[in-house]
Amino acid sequence: MTWITAGKLEDIEQEGAIRFDHGGRTYAIYRGPDDSVYCTAGLCTHEAIHLADGLVIDFEVECPKHSGAFDYRTGEALRLPACENLKTYPAEVVDGEVRVALG
Amino acid sequence: MDGIVIIGAGESGTRAAFALREAGYRRPVTLVGAEPHLPYERPPLSKPVGGMVQMTPICAREALEAAGISYLEGCSVSKLDAVAATVSLSDGRVLGYEKLLLATGARPRRLACPGAERALDFRTHADAEAIFANVAPGRRVAIIGAGLIGMELAAVLRGKDVAVSVIETAPKVLGRAVPARFADKLHARHAAEGVRFHLDRTVAAIGEDGVVLSDGSILPADLVVSAIGVVPEMTLAEASGLATANGILTDACLRTSAPNIFAAGDCAAVAQPGGGHIRHESWRNARMQAETAARNMAGAAETFASVPWFWSDQYDLGLQIAGRPQPAHQTVLRTTAEGELEFYLDDGRLVAVAGLGFGNSLAKHIKLAEMLIAASIRPEPAALADPGVNLKTLLKSARAA
Ligand SMILES: Cc1cc2nc3c(=O)[nH]c(=O)nc-3n(C[C@H](O)[C@H](O)[C@H](O)COP(=O)(O)OP(=O)(O)OC[C@H]3O[C@@H](n4cnc5c(N)ncnc54)[C@H](O)[C@@H]3O)c2cc1C
Ligand code: FES
Repeated sequence: MTWITAGKLEDIEQEGAIRFDHGGRTYAIYRGPDDSVYCTAGLCTHEAIHLADGLVIDFEVECPKHSGAFDYRTGEALRLPACENLKTYPAEVVDGEVRVALG
Repeated sequence: MDGIVIIGAGESGTRAAFALREAGYRRPVTLVGAEPHLPYERPPLSKPVGGMVQMTPICAREALEAAGISYLEGCSVSKLDAVAATVSLSDGRVLGYEKLLLATGARPRRLACPGAERALDFRTHADAEAIFANVAPGRRVAIIGAGLIGMELAAVLRGKDVAVSVIETAPKVLGRAVPARFADKLHARHAAEGVRFHLDRTVAAIGEDGVVLSDGSILPADLVVSAIGVVPEMTLAEASGLATANGILTDACLRTSAPNIFAAGDCAAVAQPGGGHIRHESWRNARMQAETAARNMAGAAETFASVPWFWSDQYDLGLQIAGRPQPAHQTVLRTTAEGELEFYLDDGRLVAVAGLGFGNSLAKHIKLAEMLIAASIRPEPAALADPGVNLKTLLKSARAA
């Protein structure tokens, strides 16, 4: 597994998300209410909308377009019109830096 | 008679069919749709990506099959007999029903001037194909009506280097649904993109070469599109004696004047707690009403309650509005790096919010404001105005209180 540094934890709002582009792909990185970090594919599985623009409450991200929702820890689609799960990737914090494994 | 028949396979009818199964309804569900495709999304029609008209199905054919929904595609209901509880189909069949959902949507309002038949409508996939097959860089398109659909079309056509004129009877664009602040901003953006506006003008006639305006001037056009709003499709409801006004009238549970017939979506005018009926024309409303109607047809007795919400995309700007902003409301403006949010207070209570910004960047604030509206909060105007105050904090403190 190759870990890539995606930014600083302090740059992500608590219960928030940022967009991370790497290798021609786009991802979303989340900081949970307990400061844990997670990474998922960046685009909603309904239409290709950036989830980092969506509202994060607890461990749920709501798509900004049609209010589909996902559990960003598991990628599970929780609410229609999103019905396909999101891909997830390992994420961790080391010395205040967020690292993700996208391989 | 057995089973539920749904008339109209648009956003509302299709969602209702699935929601019936989700509510545990096991008897036959028949979805009758006049258009010759799988049920599809309308919003992408005015937001084509890469110049192509998008056909975005609401569901796959396999999903309909898996849910045991019989979908009668390209088939219309020509008669509803509410006494015998039957519907007659265009192919001659007659279906009986135990309960019926009218999800017939809306159809474009037609111009009444000479030559009106030369103008194309913009409601269906077929309409979109007819419009986009006829545009090319340098061609001239006249759009009649500066509402959301007309303005979205103008933005798309400018992206294709088409010369666009917009004609509007009112002195302002987007008058009906969009607060003045954002209507003005969108107007300015369209003007900067080269759209030519002819406001405060009516159309006297449409000829071979273009549009004749009420002041006698002639606007040359290769193509004329009429986008002057829609009227609820209630032909069947009227002919069968159901109560109608500006829509098929329902009670708060979405039941029409016939107890086993429900209505949802663009065609339904729903009784309000304070009296009167309200009809919405938006994507989310069509889905939410479908879900409530489906649960009620399956035996529940839920009243429909939801903060209305819609979005519109024009150029790289995203507009979202939740609630119903009124000119009499107190307004509070919040300016952020991504755009502007305007909050609407009625006697101190937050009742509506609107935002205009780059792409979907304001969506999460609108969503939080919507939750504040639903919770009947009376926020401090100063907190709403301050971009440093996270709306999530307001929501959490309101919930804790
Ligand atoms: C170009 C365009 C862009 C839009 N963009 C947005 C947007 O950005 N945001 C937003 O919130 N909303 C938008 N809307 C509005 C949204 O699409 C509608 O509110 C929604 O489609 C309403 O759903 P409905 O099912 O009530 O009606 P409809 O989608 O109109 O579906 C009704 C269906 O019933 C069928 N029908 C009617 N009578 C019969 C009959 N007798 N027998 C069989 N079938 C029948 C019709 O053919 C139609 O297919 C847009 C609409 C259009 C046209
Ligand atoms: S694009 Fe995310 S729910 Fe539709």
